[in-house]
Amino acid sequence: MDRRTFLKSGAVVGAGLAAGGVSAPAYSQAANRTLRFVPQANLANFDPIWGTQYVVRNAAVLVWDTLYGFDEKLEPQRQMVEGETVSTDGLTWTFKLRSGLRFHDNTPVLAKDVAASITRWMPRDPMGQLLRAINQELVAVDDTTLRWVLKLPFPKMKMALGKNATPMCFIMPERIATRFDSFTQINEFVGSGPMRIVLNEWVPGARAVFARHEGYVPRDEPASWLAGGKRMLVDRVEWIIMPDPATASAALQNGEIDWWENPITDLVPVLRRNRNIAVDIADPLGNIGSFRMNHLHKPFNDVRIRRAVLTAMSQEDYMTALVGNDRALWSPLPGFFTPNTPLYTEEGGDILKGPRNMDAAKRLLAEGGYNNEPVTCVVAQDQPITKAMGDVTADLLRRMGMNVDFVATDWGTTGQRRAMRNPPGQGGWSMFHTWHAGADAINPVLYNAVRANGDGAWFGWPNIPSLEAEVPNWLAASNLAEERAAIGRLNRAAMDNVVYAPTGFFLSYQAWRRNVSGIVKGPIPFPWGVSKT
Amino acid sequence: MFAYFVRRVLATIPVMAVVALFVFSLLYLAPGDPAAIIAGDQATPADVERIRASLGLDRPYLVRFSAWVWDILNGNLGVSIFTNLPVSTMIAQRIEPTLSLMVVTLILAVSLAVPMGVMAAWKQGTTIDRAVMGFAVLGFSVPVFVVGYVLAYIFALELDWLPVQGYTPFSRGFWPWLQNLILPAIALGSVYIALIARITRATMLEVLQQDYIRTAKAKGVGQSSILFVHALKNAAVPIITVIGIGIALLIGGAVVTESVFAIPGLGRLTVDAILRRDYPVIQGVVLLFSFAYVLVNLAIDLAYTLFDPRIRY
Repeated sequence: MDRRTFLKSGAVVGAGLAAGGVSAPAYSQAANRTLRFVPQANLANFDPIWGTQYVVRNAAVLVWDTLYGFDEKLEPQRQMVEGETVSTDGLTWTFKLRSGLRFHDNTPVLAKDVAASITRWMPRDPMGQLLRAINQELVAVDDTTLRWVLKLPFPKMKMALGKNATPMCFIMPERIATRFDSFTQINEFVGSGPMRIVLNEWVPGARAVFARHEGYVPRDEPASWLAGGKRMLVDRVEWIIMPDPATASAALQNGEIDWWENPITDLVPVLRRNRNIAVDIADPLGNIGSFRMNHLHKPFNDVRIRRAVLTAMSQEDYMTALVGNDRALWSPLPGFFTPNTPLYTEEGGDILKGPRNMDAAKRLLAEGGYNNEPVTCVVAQDQPITKAMGDVTADLLRRMGMNVDFVATDWGTTGQRRAMRNPPGQGGWSMFHTWHAGADAINPVLYNAVRANGDGAWFGWPNIPSLEAEVPNWLAASNLAEERAAIGRLNRAAMDNVVYAPTGFFLSYQAWRRNVSGIVKGPIPFPWGVSKT
Repeated sequence: MFAYFVRRVLATIPVMAVVALFVFSLLYLAPGDPAAIIAGDQATPADVERIRASLGLDRPYLVRFSAWVWDILNGNLGVSIFTNLPVSTMIAQRIEPTLSLMVVTLILAVSLAVPMGVMAAWKQGTTIDRAVMGFAVLGFSVPVFVVGYVLAYIFALELDWLPVQGYTPFSRGFWPWLQNLILPAIALGSVYIALIARITRATMLEVLQQDYIRTAKAKGVGQSSILFVHALKNAAVPIITVIGIGIALLIGGAVVTESVFAIPGLGRLTVDAILRRDYPVIQGVVLLFSFAYVLVNLAIDLAYTLFDPRIRY
């Protein structure tokens, strides 16, 4: 073949390919039966026990069901369970499954599936670990009856099995739950929830598709968050991953997507001006901003230095840096628990109230013997929340007269570095920034960040026995008044010893096309009850 | 020629070996921990440690490197830490959008830039020349993502002619496929067009001064024939070289363009994998890009023979 023939044949092949493309069958779909949703993050994996990221949990609620589910009052309601009985000594729980439960492979959900799923879930969950420690026997009595015998009473059983904090106790077939331990990823995604994942359309990082589970029988009660009848009013839910907020905004305005989980506040005014788009608060439980100081090393191993930071810090500065001037999106938080939830308290929170006192902060620094030690402030720059808070903290510490070693990095590196216990100058750290989902910060067992059990504690390793003493008191409480009393004391101990520094309570928006209805505010973007015209 | 081809293909083996060693070592030394990301923000240090061990990330460098090389030699790029899918499957899922974007960009850029460069050279010093060079400066100066946003605003939001984002596979028809690629290709191609137009102009100016062009003019050959048959053919070698070099630009630019237009291609896969420290995916994609770049260089070398019969290997 000479070069002229080669060039000509190339042109012919190109034309042929193009013609073939033209004649390919046209793609079509029932648009109003498909909900196109842009989630907060990429669904990179799909095992809600192995990977506990919120985005995995949010997708998992479509596919897997739970024994109980939190309603909008944060009370666990029966979901897969028809009823339960508890022995008079509180040690034996017997659960009866409701009829009609079927997995996506059309096999019935049996009690042995539930036992295996709970067994896989327990090691990864804070409440599950408590249950595991007092577990005597967990057995399927028959196909629909499960008996759980404990060594000690556990009044918060329904909360543990129905909470929406990750990892949730999802029920999967026994063959899957027993083949993979909770530190190994499953490779078969069979649940009994209202949707099933369409595996051949799942492109991690780009899209995930869920199709209606025809065998799903919803409960009769109206849906309320994870409780009640999960009625799917669309046939398909397409999760479209969009890393760029400006693109998601344009796609929503152009009608290429229907629902965007987390528009950034900068773009909300643009969306509000579009009459085809509705904007509202996404999750009333919001988030708690925080920075965590390392209790093991100087300078923050001295409580006076930690208190100095709290004395000087302004939550308004942090929240303004995060959400701008939209006052509807934040509130001060002189405590550690989620506002407007039953256990919220401000006990001990005076240090965060009123005008900020830089002079008092500097006095505390001097009393604490601060000697210009570098403060290694690790800030993930790829997360807008940590980036904004980190900049405020660096400015605050410098104004206090502290020697700031600002480490600008990404979230992946922060995750690795915060686990290091070395002194700051030897690869360790003095402080890092993060945030906690309000749905997790409703009690001390779900909320690792508020625990202070030394080596077993979350990063920073606070050791505050007076705080830890209140956790069993809360667990054993028999009524709300006792629970609140225990949490009040816990909050005071946490604040006095500065388990971490709360930077404020903030909310975020969600946005959707007005031809979509049924979207509710909640900690998870619940797709049931959502329809499209 | 065939012997030359075989020699060049064989020469890719040591190149790929060096790339593999470099990429693996770089990732090993880089900070970051996929286990911490998998475990989630609420996980305890003990949870993170167990996940790290289950993924084999606690093994020594040499053990991990040997295992990876052995897998590569067996045609196995490994399994993604996060998705549990084979890296080859993930690449296969993503390669069509990226290839499509690059091909459309390449066609668009070459078909616009070469005539622009030829015209600028022919009309040197005139308004046309200045306009083309002005466009080239603009193409070099404005970042791809800015061009992307402006195009999306005008042609998608305001005029509603084209979609803002996404990708439709070629199997669903030519026009649905193309309409998702027009704006990204223009955005990505802007730098490329600028580069090729400038080089074409410079090379054409040089060729147009040659004696044989003067001879052609004296013989009464038509202007278009002089430009596109006699001059351009002789200016082709440097232009093809720049087109080849520019493919590296396209690979880099695809990362940004795919994010701006939400195209599920290899660029986004790479960025996601880097942010999550999904080592097998990063290694697989970088190896693929390196291999592609070596092949492109080979193709460019071979293409010289098509345009200049004097070149023989």
